[in-house]
Amino acid sequence: MTFTLNEEQLLLKDAARAFCSEQAPVGRLRKQRDAKQNGRDPELWAEMAAMGWAGVIVPEEFGGAGLGYVGLGVVLEETGRTLVASPLHSTAMIGASALLIAGSDQQKAEWLPKIAAGEVIVALAVDETPHHAPGKSTLAVSGDKITGAKTYVADGHIADLFIVASADALYLVKADAAGLSRRELITADSRGAADVKFDGAVAEKMSGGVAEIDAILDRARIGLAAEMLGQASAAFEITGDYLKTRKQFGQLIGGFQALQHRAAKLFTELELTRSCVLAALDALDRNAPNLAEYASLAKARAGDALHLATSEMVQMHGGIGMTDEHDAGLYLKRARVAEALYGGASFHRDRYAKLLGF
Amino acid sequence: MTDQLESFRSETRAWLEANCPETMRSPMAGEEDFVWGGRTFKFKHPDQKLWLDRMAAKGWTAPMWPKAYGGDGLSNAENAVLAQEMKRIHARPPLFSFGLWMLGPVLLEYASEEQKLEHLPKIVRGEIRWCQGYSEPGAGSDLASLQTKCEDQGDHWLINGQKIWTSYANEADWCFCLVRTDTSVKHEGISFVLIDMQTPGVETRPIKLISGSSPFCETFFTDVKIPKDAMVGRLNGGWEIAKRLLQYERTNISGFGSVGGVSGDLIEIAKANIGLENGVLADGDLRARIAAHKMAERAYALTTQRAMEEAKAGQNVSHMASMFKVAGATLNIERCELMLEAAGSRGFGWSGEGFSPEELAVTRGWLRSKGNSIEGGTTEVNLNVVAKRVLGLRDTQ
Repeated sequence: MTFTLNEEQLLLKDAARAFCSEQAPVGRLRKQRDAKQNGRDPELWAEMAAMGWAGVIVPEEFGGAGLGYVGLGVVLEETGRTLVASPLHSTAMIGASALLIAGSDQQKAEWLPKIAAGEVIVALAVDETPHHAPGKSTLAVSGDKITGAKTYVADGHIADLFIVASADALYLVKADAAGLSRRELITADSRGAADVKFDGAVAEKMSGGVAEIDAILDRARIGLAAEMLGQASAAFEITGDYLKTRKQFGQLIGGFQALQHRAAKLFTELELTRSCVLAALDALDRNAPNLAEYASLAKARAGDALHLATSEMVQMHGGIGMTDEHDAGLYLKRARVAEALYGGASFHRDRYAKLLGF
Repeated sequence: MTDQLESFRSETRAWLEANCPETMRSPMAGEEDFVWGGRTFKFKHPDQKLWLDRMAAKGWTAPMWPKAYGGDGLSNAENAVLAQEMKRIHARPPLFSFGLWMLGPVLLEYASEEQKLEHLPKIVRGEIRWCQGYSEPGAGSDLASLQTKCEDQGDHWLINGQKIWTSYANEADWCFCLVRTDTSVKHEGISFVLIDMQTPGVETRPIKLISGSSPFCETFFTDVKIPKDAMVGRLNGGWEIAKRLLQYERTNISGFGSVGGVSGDLIEIAKANIGLENGVLADGDLRARIAAHKMAERAYALTTQRAMEEAKAGQNVSHMASMFKVAGATLNIERCELMLEAAGSRGFGWSGEGFSPEELAVTRGWLRSKGNSIEGGTTEVNLNVVAKRVLGLRDTQ
C-alpha cells in the first residue's frame, strides 16, 4: 500500500488544481445555477475532456490515459474543492469502470473510446427508492427489454447512455431508446438529476451479476469520496481563513478557544478521512481483496467529515454563512447530496459491520 | 539499493529465527509481560532476559541509534524491515523503556558527548530504568509554572521540591527532571537535569488510581545534591528539550493499546455477551456504534501509516504528534467504554471468583484508560497546540 503520489499523479493533481481555480472556481457553479442550467456546462466538460480527464482510467488501447484510479481520484478531489459541476464522476469513474468490469469486448470497443474522448455522458441508474438499496431492485426483464423505474439518477438528465442495474444484472440502455422516458429533477445542489422510466426499453445485457454491481458501486463510492474529500478540505480552508480575518470583541475570532478546539477536531477528522480515501483509491489500483471494506470506510468517513465541515462552515461564518451570496450554502447543499449518493454513512457502517462479521 | 535491503531482510530473518526464543513469539497477556529493565527488575521468565540481551547486543533495542551509543545505525528502510520481520514471527518487543522512547532521542539531539556515552548504552541494554520528573502539584497542564528549585552551589546543584505523576518512580533508577533555575522568568528559567534516584534526599510514594493500580508516584527531593555535569543542554535552556521530549511521549501514548489499554477484542466480547440474530449483533444501536468505532480505528491506523511514509519521504511530521495524541487517546477511551458496555454485567467484576481474568481486565482497563486523555498533555492542551501550531490560529492578532 502507498499513500504517496508518483510523478504522473502529482502532475495531474497540479494541472487539475490550476484548471479548477482558473476555469472553474465556485463562481462558475453559481453562474450556472443563476442561469438555471441545472448542472449543464458543456463547454466546461469539453475543456475537461480535452485535458484527458474523461479517460484517466481508460486503457491506452481504447484511447485513454491508463493512469489508474489514484490518478482519477486526485482529479476528482480537485474538482470537489471548487464544486465543479460536470459528469466527470458519473462518466469517467462509473461509466468507464462499469464497461471495464462488465462490458463485452464489443461493448468496450464501442463505448470506451467515446467515453475517453468526452463524446458521451454516462449515468448509473441504480436506486428505486429514496434510500440506496441496490439489492432491492424490482426491475423486470423480458428478452432484451427492461421495465421499471429508477429515481434520482445522478447526471441522468444529461446522460447519453445509462448503465442500469437490476437486483442481479447490468444493462446498457441508450438515452434515446424507445420505451425510455425521463423527468429532469431540479436539485438543491444545482447539479440536477433525473427519474428514469423504462417501459419495455431495449437494453443490451452486460456480463456479471451481484459481485460486479458491487464492484462498480464501490468505484462510484470511492470516486465520490475523493470528490467529497476535496469539498470538505476547501470548506475547512475557507472557514479557517475567516477565523483569521473576522474580528469581534476586539480580536480575531480564531483566538477563541471554543472555535479553536472545534477547528482542531475538524482538522483531525479531515486527516483521518484523507488516509481512508487515499487507501481506498490505492486498493482499487492494487485490486485489493477487501475492496468493499475500503469503499465503505472511505464513503462513510468522507460523509461524516464533509457533514461536519459544511455544518461548521455555516456556523463559524455566522450570519454571512446563511446568505445566498456566500459560498457556504453551495458547499452545504452539495455535501448532503454527495453524502447520500450510493449509500450514506449509516448504510456503509451497516455494511462494514457485516463485512467484519457482526 | 533494493538488493542491499533484500539481503538485509534475509539476514535479519535468519538471525531472528535463530535468536528469538519460542516463548517470546506469543502475544503478551498484558502489562505484566512488559520487560522494563533496570537494576531491580524481576524477569518473569529467563527467556525474557535472554531475548533482551541478544537484541541489545545486536543494537536492536534502539535499531536507529548510532553504533557508538549502542544502537545499530539502521536506516529508516532497514528499521522498517526489522519491524516487519519481527512482526512476521510475532516477536515481542524485547524492552519497554522511557529511556528508549523519550529520553534517548533528546539526548542524541541535545546532550554532550560524555553524557551520550554515559547514558545511551545503558538504555540500549536495559540496565537503567528511567522515570520522568515533569508534572508538579501546582504545574499540570501549565507545566512551565513548575517550581522545583535547582540552585548552583559551586561544585554541585542543590535540588528541592516535589514532582507528581512520575510514572514508575518507585521502580526507576534514574529520573530526567525539569527544574527551575531562574525564578524571574517562566519558560526561560527551566533546566533539564538527570538525577540518580539513589541520591540521598530522593523519596517516592506510589499513588493509587481508580483502577486499583499504582503506575504513578509522588517524588520528593529534599536537599538533593547532583553533580554539575548532570544538566543536559544549557542552563535555562530546558524548556525546548522538554517540549521536544513531549512530542516523543505523545507519539508514544497515542500508539493506543500500548499504554493502559485492554488487549481484548471488542467484537468478540460483544458477540459473546449479546449474541447474533440473523448474523448481526442483536443490539442494533450498540452495533452501529461499534461499527463507527472500528472505522475510526482503521482510519487512525491508516493515518499513522501515512505519517510514517511521509516522514520517510523527508516531510516534517513532528508537529502532528498532538493530533495523534488526541485522536489515539479518544479512540482508546471509546474502545474501553464500548468493551465495558458490550460485556454487560461481566464487565463489573473487581476481583476474586466469578469473573475470568479477561473480564477483570476489561473493568480495570476501562478505568485506567480514563487517564489517556490527561497524561502526556490533556486533550484540551493538545487541541490548543493543533490550533496554534498547525492551523495558525492565534490568541492575539
